[in-house]
Amino acid sequence: MQSLAQAVVAILAAGASYAWAMGLTPPPPVRHIAAPEAMLVRALLDIRDHKFSSALEQIDNALAVNPNFRLAQLVRGDLLLARSRPISNIGNAADAPADKMDGLRQEARARLTRYGIEPPTELAPRYLLQLPEKQKYALVLDSSKSTLFVFENAGGSLRYVSDYYVTIGKNGFEKLREGDKRTPIGVYHVTSKLPQARLTDFYGSGAFPINYPNEWDMMRGRDGYGIWLHGTPRDTYSRPPRASDGCIVLTNDDLQTLERKLQLGSTPVVITDSLQWSKPDEIDALRSDLSSAIERWRRDWEGRNSDAYLRHYAKSFSAGGANLAQWSAQKRQVNSSKNWIKVQLSDLSLVLYPGKQELAVATFDQDYSSSNLSNRMMKRQYWIREDGKWRIVYEGAA
Amino acid sequence: MIRRPRIVRSVVACGLATLMTLALQSGRAAAAPYDDASRLFRQGNHSAALEKIDAVIAANPRDARSRFLKGLILTEQNKPAEAIGVFTSLTEDYPELPEPYNNLAVLYASQGQYDKARKSLEMAIRTHPSYAVAHENLGDVYAKMASEAYDKALQLDRSNAAAQTKLAMIKDLFSSSVVPGKAGVAQAETPEAAPAAPVKPAPQEPKGSVTKPAAPIPATPAPGRADGDAVIAAVEGWAKAWSAKDADGYLSYYAPNFQVPGGEARSAWESTRRDRIIKPKKIEVTVGSPKVSFDASGRAMVKFRQGYKSDTLDTSGAKTLTLVKNNDRWQILQERMN
Repeated sequence: MQSLAQAVVAILAAGASYAWAMGLTPPPPVRHIAAPEAMLVRALLDIRDHKFSSALEQIDNALAVNPNFRLAQLVRGDLLLARSRPISNIGNAADAPADKMDGLRQEARARLTRYGIEPPTELAPRYLLQLPEKQKYALVLDSSKSTLFVFENAGGSLRYVSDYYVTIGKNGFEKLREGDKRTPIGVYHVTSKLPQARLTDFYGSGAFPINYPNEWDMMRGRDGYGIWLHGTPRDTYSRPPRASDGCIVLTNDDLQTLERKLQLGSTPVVITDSLQWSKPDEIDALRSDLSSAIERWRRDWEGRNSDAYLRHYAKSFSAGGANLAQWSAQKRQVNSSKNWIKVQLSDLSLVLYPGKQELAVATFDQDYSSSNLSNRMMKRQYWIREDGKWRIVYEGAA
Repeated sequence: MIRRPRIVRSVVACGLATLMTLALQSGRAAAAPYDDASRLFRQGNHSAALEKIDAVIAANPRDARSRFLKGLILTEQNKPAEAIGVFTSLTEDYPELPEPYNNLAVLYASQGQYDKARKSLEMAIRTHPSYAVAHENLGDVYAKMASEAYDKALQLDRSNAAAQTKLAMIKDLFSSSVVPGKAGVAQAETPEAAPAAPVKPAPQEPKGSVTKPAAPIPATPAPGRADGDAVIAAVEGWAKAWSAKDADGYLSYYAPNFQVPGGEARSAWESTRRDRIIKPKKIEVTVGSPKVSFDASGRAMVKFRQGYKSDTLDTSGAKTLTLVKNNDRWQILQERMN
């Protein structure tokens, strides 16, 4: 028993950057996680604290809610076996297939690690700078913690709603190539829904494709396709943290709960390697920086000052096969043919790209009218920080 | 590491004093027919044994010992439902007896009903906290339950394994104590059993973990203080051999005419003891505050608190050993857990 507790402590300690997890207490009141998972984690913490009977009760509770929770079955086995002989690790089944056992142990580690996450009330995820009012929810995935967060857009500020344990690609994140079994890192959105009836049981209660590869991925030659949020086979609740071909996998219960919050074609899915939290004033500063750049671009366009207008485009700009020189030539010609231009932007969404480069995705409704042409479109721009200034590196219809 | 599940032990012989006392209270007149039934049972003549014991029970329906034997016979006849009925009614009429609970658990376990088996064993232990057989069985039941949970965790289909366990169980029932010739079977089935215990030198003066008596006070002056010390030394040597998992050394402390509990055959008893001594990875037996007294015939009675700690079990209880002096060596004639 003693040594099982040590194994749990070792697992807690294994995530070296999560040393604080050693001081875990009962779940932070703000957390909303699936009941069976909460019970499992409480059981593991009970084991750490040498409260073995209480641990077994928690495990039995978790299994009453979901008998397919194989990790809970494994811990139950340990708790029972420990009454018969000393054990020193999580998972002591004789002649167990090594891959399955490894998967369950990794799951235990991942669930314990992510349990220690306490969404800081005074901080917000750095990425979602601005969302249009009609966009009710946004998803942020922390790949390194196997956790998908749901945030609510509450009057311009983001409110933590819940989070889910998810499985990502077998080979981790930062997808580059088709078949590399990785989950992409970037700013995406849910494009559509594939109903259960059209899928095999493997995908569970449904699937929600995201727009990988997005414009930025394609500019950088990344390929592959079919990155979905999807459910699990009917008999599955436990999954190792890294087991998919790149998809983001939730339990069917979780997916069904999540589905009610998804807006097809718009719900942002920000996939990070490691979620960065920032202070509201930092986020405000970024937002105002970017939105004023966009506003200056709009005004220079309306002013038909092509030099000023084209200064908003980055050296590495490309769109629809045109580089900056080609784009500039075309824009100068078009703008000079106008007597007047009027551009109105609405429903602006501003999302900072995860990763090292300073990049942001702006999506908005553009109402363009001019002396000889008018049109209305959803536009997407990628803004990059170049020579200390925000500049457009891609522009096109959203 | 492949480890076959250990086999749940049943109490075949009604060895504990409580049951014997009950038998004396209730069945004095029926002693001879009971012995006949018991002999027939041991000879493997189950239907004749059942007939005999039914007659005994008809004459004395409350006789616990006879009903217990009937439960064993039914178990041997592979009538688990009826055997469960017999043992269940015994637990109802004699809730203070641990043996019926234990055997009930064995039957439940043989049917794969581990949770019921567990509850029964817990009852046995509640009535008799130092009842080692129930503790060991409970350990095995937990191991079986663990293995079921692991199978679910790892999606292993072992539907055939349950049947194998059941067969092994029945074999164990034969081998555990009744039929001396087959006594080795249970032991042979545990491949993880430790290598043969090294032969230890003759017992020496106790040291270390063994508690030295503060001041043994012999009740009768006749055998003298030196004898008192020698008796304590023997008891401590016995505990030391046990702790060292030295089965040969341990058994050498028992007199040739040792009263084997429950009238079991000596060889069967020795085999069970060897098994119990070899199986745990670690054993620590302590002798706490021993008190020696001698009777008129020169036998020594040592009362002490026996601590038993293994990798799976940690118990303590009052024990009385009766020792006799054979060829200058104090040896155990009778062993009783109080």
